[in-house]
Amino acid sequence: MSQRRDLERYAGLFASRTSVMKSSAMRDLMAITERPEVISLAGGLPDTSTFPAETLAALLSKVAASDSARALQYAPTEGMAVVGEAIAAVMAAEGMHVDPEDVLVTTGGQQVIDLVCKTLVDPGDVIVAEAPTYPGAVPAFSAYQADVVQIAMDDDGMRVDELEETLERLEREGRRPKFIYTIPTFQNPAGVTMSLPRRQRLVQVARERELLILEDNPYGLLRYEGEALPTLRSLDGGDFVIYLGTFSKILSPGIRLGWTVAPAPVLEKMNLGKQASDLCSSSLSQLFVAAYFAEGHWQDYIATLRDLYRRRRDTMLDALAEHLPPEAAWTHPAGGLFIWATLPDYIDTTDLLALGLSRNVAFVPGRAAYLDGRGGSSMRLNFSGVDDDAIREGVRRIGEVVREQVALYGTLTGKLAPPLAEPAPAPTDPALADVLQLPRRDDRGERRAR
Amino acid sequence: MTARARDRGDGLEPDELRRAGGTVAVLKGGRSLERQVSLRSGARVEDALERLGHEVVGIDVGHDLVARLREAAPDVAFVALHGRDGEDGIVQELLEVLGIPYTASGVSACMRCSDKVVAKHAMRDAGLPTPDFYAFTETAFKELGAGDALGAIEERLRFPIVVKPADQGSALGIRFAASAADVPAAIVAAFSYSEKVLLERHVHGRELAVSILGDEPLPIVEAVPREEDFYDFAARYTIGRTAFVCPAELGDELTARAQKLALDVFRLLGCRGFARVDLMLEEGTNELYVLESNVIPGLTETSLLPQAAEAAGISFDELIGRIVELAAVEPVPG
Repeated sequence: MSQRRDLERYAGLFASRTSVMKSSAMRDLMAITERPEVISLAGGLPDTSTFPAETLAALLSKVAASDSARALQYAPTEGMAVVGEAIAAVMAAEGMHVDPEDVLVTTGGQQVIDLVCKTLVDPGDVIVAEAPTYPGAVPAFSAYQADVVQIAMDDDGMRVDELEETLERLEREGRRPKFIYTIPTFQNPAGVTMSLPRRQRLVQVARERELLILEDNPYGLLRYEGEALPTLRSLDGGDFVIYLGTFSKILSPGIRLGWTVAPAPVLEKMNLGKQASDLCSSSLSQLFVAAYFAEGHWQDYIATLRDLYRRRRDTMLDALAEHLPPEAAWTHPAGGLFIWATLPDYIDTTDLLALGLSRNVAFVPGRAAYLDGRGGSSMRLNFSGVDDDAIREGVRRIGEVVREQVALYGTLTGKLAPPLAEPAPAPTDPALADVLQLPRRDDRGERRAR
Repeated sequence: MTARARDRGDGLEPDELRRAGGTVAVLKGGRSLERQVSLRSGARVEDALERLGHEVVGIDVGHDLVARLREAAPDVAFVALHGRDGEDGIVQELLEVLGIPYTASGVSACMRCSDKVVAKHAMRDAGLPTPDFYAFTETAFKELGAGDALGAIEERLRFPIVVKPADQGSALGIRFAASAADVPAAIVAAFSYSEKVLLERHVHGRELAVSILGDEPLPIVEAVPREEDFYDFAARYTIGRTAFVCPAELGDELTARAQKLALDVFRLLGCRGFARVDLMLEEGTNELYVLESNVIPGLTETSLLPQAAEAAGISFDELIGRIVELAAVEPVPG
């Protein structure tokens, strides 16, 4: 017998589900995006600097003065009643009417995804999701060893016709999806919104087939143009929709509070699942939210965010039009935090990220939004977390590396490099560049072409 | 002690260093794409050094490196940096200037090894086997029409061809081109990581890693992909998806041959202290080929060198102790 020895000492201890938990090169790359000199368009971060510090101080003082013992104590698993009322108010602002009693307060919206999987998914079960899907849902689905089937999207959101074909196929294979995961409004990462006819059809399909939908709606109130569409939950009435909401994007992700409203039997299981996970969400955070909503200005703050993010979105759209080559395409979100850009298929955005990092700019490679290796030529860009100057400069840097790769590929394949409409030079003083629209010389492109 | 070590230009007296406890600065992190791996290596090294009785100063390498080294005035710098910024000789040059003995290879060996193309030329010139290759800069393609020579290169190397960045440590940017159609995108990908790109004949066979400590080869580690998809490089770097076998089942003759080859490479490239030489054992021919020599191989929980040391009965702490003892600076000229 040979002395064969498996040297991964801990490998034998890992649960089988960890084999699909990815510790990839991409993750190591993403860690570098946090360096201070990097302009990161990679995060999904709201701009918390817009929340007045004095308001936070006053509210926390108030909580400490009036409710100290409760703030430091455990809370009920389902959440405090006062928070349930705040949640009902937020949902009412989106045209939904719920009884605060039917709400489960969670530790961020992310916990809802985890609890839904925990409640519904056995290894090998099918989850239907959008293509691309929320990158943060990917590890959750993977951890429960789900078989994720991703449905293509277009400008009107998930292709429900493709969904129906897929459901037919799965039925023939004797497989019934446990749930359909969708972010119908200002989808992360694609930035598109599901049209009303598709929403109606999706809800109908779920009802006909008795399938559950997990409607993830973190950004619904962050609409920058156009009319709000009814949520899936309001169309369905709640029989087949598990609704996920969160305070992360309308108040703060740091307080880690989200919620779910689900059909009663499902909610009950999720409540038990939450007990096992963390007993309850932060009491301090809950009392902070209660105090904040009692002030009555929460909608004003969202209006501030809308104005700010609308401007940043426009800045990013303008910068993309200026700096990306004609081979690139990107979405025009009517709300939310993200733009999804797609490059020629010979550009791999994971590699491009490495090149981008050498120029101190970062984004999320598209592959992070797929479970099947697709998305290699796409990227997610966030416009909410950084200011206008950083957006312009970040996109300019991305445009620079993309153009370099397009030109190199053209050289390698003998195709002429596309005409370089020379992007504007890097502003030396961003503040100045913001004010002055400097004219550009017309002969630039020609010179470069020579 | 530091001054004497500096003048001597060779390893420190082990007893001397240990008795004194000695301050060791652990250089980690930095700006490279392998920052995370480096931080894990560095943390583990720091723990070991503390257990060995050293005073440890961890330094996340950045703009203030020289200032922090001057402030810490360590007896030895343990270089736990991976990737370009730590293995290309620049940090080593600074340590030379400051007269601080440091672990692993010196400046010139770092420069030779961190550029796979330079290393491969040296091996080929010395008659050590390395897969056939051609290498070009982006300038060659853009300004000298090197793209027109791709056909000839492909003909000589035969598909599949491995395309890799010349100076990227991990598997980042490595692509297999199965046909001519794959080559341009593979080259574009590789240039994302490096100014220079290597097109190399693909050697199909077993992947072997021979670590050298001091001037002794350690037991050989074989990386065995658990899944059939040979080309899935992500799998190779995901815990649990690659099995490492040590000592590799090669038989005495082959083991000796691989170890000798690795040691020859180590010496040829002028490595010092420790290094890991990656080889391919070609299926069918049983020929060994050298892919590269890593001057600062990973020291994390799952890294190959610590596994090899353990198979040789050398604990992680002992390994780190030995590496520190082998630290040195070049003698100051004149």
